[in-house]
Amino acid sequence: MSIVRQRSINRVDRRLGQMLGLLSVGVALLLMLIVLFLLNESWPFLASLWHEGQWLGLLQNPGWYPLEGRFGMTPMILASIAVTLGAVLLALPLGLANAIYLEFYASPVTARGFRLLLNLLAGIPSVVFGLWGLTRLVPLITKWQAPGTSLLAAMLVLSLMILPTIALTSAGALASVPKDLLAGSMALGLRRKTQILHVLLPAARSGIASGALLATARALGETMAVLMVAGNVVQFPSGLFEPVRVLTANIALEMAYAMGDHRASLFASGLLLTLLVWLLSWVAQRVNRQSQAFARRG
Amino acid sequence: MADRLFAWLMLGCALLVVASLLWVLGDVLIEGLAHISWTFLFAEPVDAGRSGGIGPILISTLWILLIALAAALPLGLGVAIWLSEFAPGNSRFAVHTGITLDILAGVPSIVYGLFGNAFFSIYLGMGFSLLSGGLTLACMILPVFVRTCESGLRAVSDDWRLGALALGMTRSTAIWHILLPAARPAIVAGMVLGIGRATAETAALLFTSGYVDRMPESLLDSGRALAVHIYDLSMNVTGGDGAAYASALVLVVLIISLNTLAQSLVDNWFKRRLVAS
Repeated sequence: MSIVRQRSINRVDRRLGQMLGLLSVGVALLLMLIVLFLLNESWPFLASLWHEGQWLGLLQNPGWYPLEGRFGMTPMILASIAVTLGAVLLALPLGLANAIYLEFYASPVTARGFRLLLNLLAGIPSVVFGLWGLTRLVPLITKWQAPGTSLLAAMLVLSLMILPTIALTSAGALASVPKDLLAGSMALGLRRKTQILHVLLPAARSGIASGALLATARALGETMAVLMVAGNVVQFPSGLFEPVRVLTANIALEMAYAMGDHRASLFASGLLLTLLVWLLSWVAQRVNRQSQAFARRG
Repeated sequence: MADRLFAWLMLGCALLVVASLLWVLGDVLIEGLAHISWTFLFAEPVDAGRSGGIGPILISTLWILLIALAAALPLGLGVAIWLSEFAPGNSRFAVHTGITLDILAGVPSIVYGLFGNAFFSIYLGMGFSLLSGGLTLACMILPVFVRTCESGLRAVSDDWRLGALALGMTRSTAIWHILLPAARPAIVAGMVLGIGRATAETAALLFTSGYVDRMPESLLDSGRALAVHIYDLSMNVTGGDGAAYASALVLVVLIISLNTLAQSLVDNWFKRRLVAS
């Protein structure tokens, strides 16, 4: 490895290396610029909170009345968390079942077709899911309980969107479990179901967990589908059939006319979202590294 | 008995997912086909899009995509080559760049929209335009593209590099004539993934490229992307569902063809690797 990547003495090579290095510095700066601009734009808002000693006000202030200068984000943060958790809770068992089917029950041809379908599902744009949810799912829910655009609709649409991620990563994790474990459990005369649920799933758990965390990050950051089906009323999520507004949808809805502190508060919520996703991907990476270490040992 | 039940349960879950996928796709297909025609593809939208077509919107979409790719592909490829071929193995800068890329790949698209609005539209004074929309999307697809290309280049066996060295090739020649062609499938796959993501994107374009549905006359004109059009038709225009479904059909067909392309390329690549080793 080290021999072939050593510093070259050729002039053209050195020039190319320097040029590409500069390019990389530029791209790294550009990426840093994203965080800097978010900070810069939300700074007036954060600073004013700091001066008034109202850091907790962001959370305690019950209402979101940006035009009156009251920026209580708690209802939207809670709505984001509720929608995300609901979607993951729905999609995780279903996705796991699909992964198990894919790895242990489907014939090669069926598995190929099913995999293709899951990839298709992953490729459908979120705005199309939103359209479908709005024109098909919401009327169905309305028949059951008005107004239809609700926490439940958002959870259902989102769970369908993150399902392929969970199913495909879990299938990958299951496939990479050492074959000895399967052979051992077969030799013990365990049932197929016991083999899968009590031997293979626990062995693949960190791979599955990291896939689930990535799906959670995606659900948290999803804007359009949720915006279109959730009803967008700022309130605490008190029931499955209540309309809610999540953080991402709030940005999309109000950015068009927001000024001054209001605009800054939207950038602050963008910053918050970035931090949450950061945290999730960090945890996912830790979990993944653990699983790789485990696989190497096993 | 319990075993059989479990197998049926798994099959049931798989069927449930297949059924919901068919429901979504079938809806888009049936409703879309009912409304789509040649004139729909090329005509101007009339009456806020209820009738007429999506001609200017398709053009704007393609322009935004083209700008995004023109900015992201050369940059991304350059960075990927540097990370895999030139960066010293233990350089902290390379490691940090990699971590930054990984984090940015997961940042919600709406946050890119905020950044694009603040940086391209306002700070650089491009306003709501195809250019600022396309550049915002370029920032969005850059991390994923760099990571895909980099892993493709890293996967090229070192024997090839040694062979090139032994033949007296310079590094630049080896990269251009041997390593890049060898990593081509990964590069194409990253490209197609980026195209898929950029075409489907709505949230990042809402306040960078804007809503205007006229034919754009220059790159500094605002133009409405197809995904934004679907959103607008279904949320803000009553009676726009038919046109929305037809636009959705166009969008899905566009993206599915690109996605299957990526998939088959990656599959072929792995097969060839297996045979070669």
